[in-house]
Amino acid sequence: MCECLETIFKKFKGKEEELIPLLQSVQEEAGFLSESAMRDIAKFLRIPQSKVHGVATFYAQFRFKPKGRKHIMLCRGTACHVKGAPRILEEIENHLEIKEGETSADLEHSIESVACIGACSLAPCITVNNKVHADLTPQKIEALFNKRMN
Amino acid sequence: MSKVNINIDGIPITTDSNKTILEAALENNIYIPNLCHHEDLKPVGVCRMCMVEIEGIRGQAIACKTTVAEGMKVKIDSTEINAIRQTTLELIHANHAQDCTTCHQNNNCQLQEVTAYVGINEKRFERMRKTRPYIDIDTSNPFFNLDHNKCIMCGICVRTCDEVQGVNALDYGNRGFDTVISTFGNKPIKESICESCGECVVRCPVGALYPKLTQVPSREVKTVCTYCGVGCNIFLGVRGDKIVSSRGDRSSIVNKGRLCVKGRFGYDFVNHPDRLKVPLIKKDGVFVEATWDEALDLIATKFAAAKKEKFAAFSSARVTNEENYVVQKFTRAVMGTNNIDHCARLCHAPTVSGLVQTFGSGAMTNSIDEFLHTKTVFSIGSNTTAAHPIIALHIKQAKRNGAKIIVANPKQIDLCHHADLFLQQYPGTDVALLFGMIRVIVDEKLYDKKFISERCENFEAFITTLEDFSLESVEKITGVPQSLIAEAARMYATNGPSSIVYAMGITQHTHGTDNVLAISNLALLTGNIGKESAGVNPLRGQNNVQGACDMGALPDVYPGYQKVNIPANQQKFEAAWGVKLDDKFGITHTEIITEIEHGNIKALYQVGENPVISEADANHVKKALSKLDFFVVQDIFMTETAQFAHVILPAASFAEKDGTFTNTERRVQRVRKAIEPISESKTDWWITCQIAKRMGAQGFDFSNAEEIWKEASGLVTNYAGITYDRIDKVGLQWPCPTLEHEGTKFLHKEKFATPSGKAKFIPLTYKISTELPDKEYPLLLTTDRSLFHYHTSTMTRKVAGLRILDEEELLKINPADAKAFDVKDGDMVKVKSRRGEVEVKVKVSNICQRGVVSMTFHFFESPTNELTICAVDPIAKIPETKVCAVKIEKM
Ligand code: SF4
Ligand code: SF4
Ligand code: SF4
Ligand code: FES
Ligand code: FES
Repeated sequence: MCECLETIFKKFKGKEEELIPLLQSVQEEAGFLSESAMRDIAKFLRIPQSKVHGVATFYAQFRFKPKGRKHIMLCRGTACHVKGAPRILEEIENHLEIKEGETSADLEHSIESVACIGACSLAPCITVNNKVHADLTPQKIEALFNKRMN
Repeated sequence: MSKVNINIDGIPITTDSNKTILEAALENNIYIPNLCHHEDLKPVGVCRMCMVEIEGIRGQAIACKTTVAEGMKVKIDSTEINAIRQTTLELIHANHAQDCTTCHQNNNCQLQEVTAYVGINEKRFERMRKTRPYIDIDTSNPFFNLDHNKCIMCGICVRTCDEVQGVNALDYGNRGFDTVISTFGNKPIKESICESCGECVVRCPVGALYPKLTQVPSREVKTVCTYCGVGCNIFLGVRGDKIVSSRGDRSSIVNKGRLCVKGRFGYDFVNHPDRLKVPLIKKDGVFVEATWDEALDLIATKFAAAKKEKFAAFSSARVTNEENYVVQKFTRAVMGTNNIDHCARLCHAPTVSGLVQTFGSGAMTNSIDEFLHTKTVFSIGSNTTAAHPIIALHIKQAKRNGAKIIVANPKQIDLCHHADLFLQQYPGTDVALLFGMIRVIVDEKLYDKKFISERCENFEAFITTLEDFSLESVEKITGVPQSLIAEAARMYATNGPSSIVYAMGITQHTHGTDNVLAISNLALLTGNIGKESAGVNPLRGQNNVQGACDMGALPDVYPGYQKVNIPANQQKFEAAWGVKLDDKFGITHTEIITEIEHGNIKALYQVGENPVISEADANHVKKALSKLDFFVVQDIFMTETAQFAHVILPAASFAEKDGTFTNTERRVQRVRKAIEPISESKTDWWITCQIAKRMGAQGFDFSNAEEIWKEASGLVTNYAGITYDRIDKVGLQWPCPTLEHEGTKFLHKEKFATPSGKAKFIPLTYKISTELPDKEYPLLLTTDRSLFHYHTSTMTRKVAGLRILDEEELLKINPADAKAFDVKDGDMVKVKSRRGEVEVKVKVSNICQRGVVSMTFHFFESPTNELTICAVDPIAKIPETKVCAVKIEKM
């Protein structure tokens, strides 16, 4: 078990009801929930691994792969949706050859879709490492990533 | 249980007050639609099909979650209920693959049944029909598939794997529309912790989880599983001359319908093309086919020339009681020697030699079913989930009922997941560990004074010998922290009824008998013996190892443990068999091998064993066997040992014969012929009788197995009350002395089976294992078992699926040792001991403690027993297969 997990576990009692807060803490620390971390959590709480997996996959907040160096959050709020967010997503997916929720094999990019990011007047929009890119069109996507990727 | 009266749709019903409405209805053959209910599982009420109206209560009630109450009036149908049911059902169908006619579950499907009852509105249903993306069928498991597209999310599989199997391989994954039944990490089932027991498959109400082999049998035969000593009751499905299915008998008290992967899916070996089909005689070094007459006449002539001390027989814990009876009778009455033994020598000989001294009888004291009410289960030296899977289910169930579980094992076995305390002692230090616990119980005065004074002897002398076992020294020897030993001792002593479970980890040592004695001391001290759910329970390994011992396939006793050197016994059997008998003890399995090597034993008759793989120091065994003048092997397959034979006789398998097996809880159960013996093979008893008759012997004219049973049970008081008629449905547990006797659930209730009627405390000293690691051979090798294989795998490796689930031998090694020896997962290494070397793949695993490596002996390609040492226990003569020193070299 890695040391950072041990430090986190110290803050918990090892009770089954702590599962969700524990998953959150681990994700906060590691950025995602790895299989080995979930195994260790199961062992620590003395609950089945399948249960940890079941609960973790139930909540949208948990990720199972590390974020890419460039983490893209795509807004799926109403305004963005109406203004073509689905097309934008499709374009990003095609361009980066990964699907929503995935991380590229070189750990460069990851895509996550989120609810309204509070920039509705600039819809449709995404953030890349928390920087907002607004008023997007499929054409702009190519330019954005070509420029940023090199 | 008090009764209540309820009324369902106008029908008055009297039922137990703890039943749910659904249970009460179904028991009375009243159908209430249901999809997530299963009688073995706790109700969850997720499918909402079983809703009913209860008079005087507003709205609907969920029948599977509502307990009955006096005077309750239940209505199953109403327009409103049906409308709700219809909508729910349409939603399920909208997400369900629609190909009933090609579905395995067709005609046997709960969804069809509910749909037929409720009906669906096609138009509305078409509108709702979404095209859920097709999910690939998980075909990774060799025995069953999971088709998510047919899953109705009832959760029965998830709950079965939890509540019945205690494995928790499955759970719901994802959410909403994407919810699926998923393993950890959503991996294929084969890569999960699934044990392939198939319990979820038999319970899935639809065709989502379904067996790969789906031939429907034309008839079923009730018999007993041929693998381990649990003795699960099964129905073998037969189609033509083939076994096509196996299912657990739900009415059986032993397994209650449950089976492990071997019992449920491991029957393919019966019809395997490699079965021995005709007798073979070795001519100029090659086996040539022969007729039965040729083979039997040859054997009769050769055996006639090698009588008395020149002869020995190995009988078998795999064959029936009747067959063991016949082999020992042949050896004693025809060959004139007591040189008969069988593989119990290699597994539970110390149980017999130990428990007979202390309690007077060497068998499980309690019944399997009694574990359910045990409060503390202490499992030591038993990898219960792998070797006795259905007993492990009972132990896990006990835990669910609130019991405590203590595991003492050098390895972190699966049962540890369910344990309250885990004591990881160094291999071979059990006496110290057990005496450490005894010392705590004595020091803290937690022992049962009344029980000791009324029912035991030698206590005063015994407690004066505990000096050497201070907790400090015990911790040093065993590596188990003192506090843990003390906690285990207190738990075992104060949270009764407590029951000890043990197996090979206790017996396969040069001090195996001492280990067993230490266990009985502990049980006596706390009065945990002779009571329901409390006792000492050696788990016998093979399907009929208890029976083979009971039937006298041992060198010192006639059937029923009647010593051959007691004149009264000798006279009794001389009268029964009409011949003079030898009053000298014969020699044991291990000694027979040595005597063969010395040229003193010239002829060996071996029924269904494979010592070349199973016996310690296998090279020594091979050398010995090649010295024999005449060696007859009777088996169902060509084994490594059979290669050394002069004549090989094809025997019938368990599915091809009648008889009885005695399981580990002393229950004599009927084995029934499902198909005719394959090709020209013959039942073992027929073969032995033929040899005897061709040697001119009298008393072998049996025409069926029952006649043999009658003769055998007539000579042993403990079986006198057991007849084929009485055990037709449910087996009886010996002692069962009369036809009226109900059999004995647990032993030593009023008195012990010792001459004095009292049990005896036996002082011991701690002895170290013969060969411990040193500079040259720095690692300790211990042996273990895999759930997926059985013994030397002559049967399980003929089952394709079991081969897939467990392909090859792995040397399990602790991560720290792996680092020290610079090996990683998948590396090939040479494991060397002073006796041999084998090549094997490495598996780095935390289950082994530092300094200890472990291997099974299931794989002939890496014959572990070429490494083990044949140092034996001085009393039981069992070899020390659990401890020897090895080194590893990377290849
Ligand atoms: S696989 Fe079968 S048992 Fe499991 S949830 Fe689906 S339908 Fe129910
Ligand atoms: S086969 Fe047995 S162990 Fe595997 S998932 Fe089903 S119930 Fe669980
Ligand atoms: S537990 Fe033993 S007897 Fe039962 S099915 Fe498995 S191998 Fe057969
Ligand atoms: S909907 Fe996209 S930012 Fe508000
Ligand atoms: S059977 Fe009652 S809710 Fe499913």
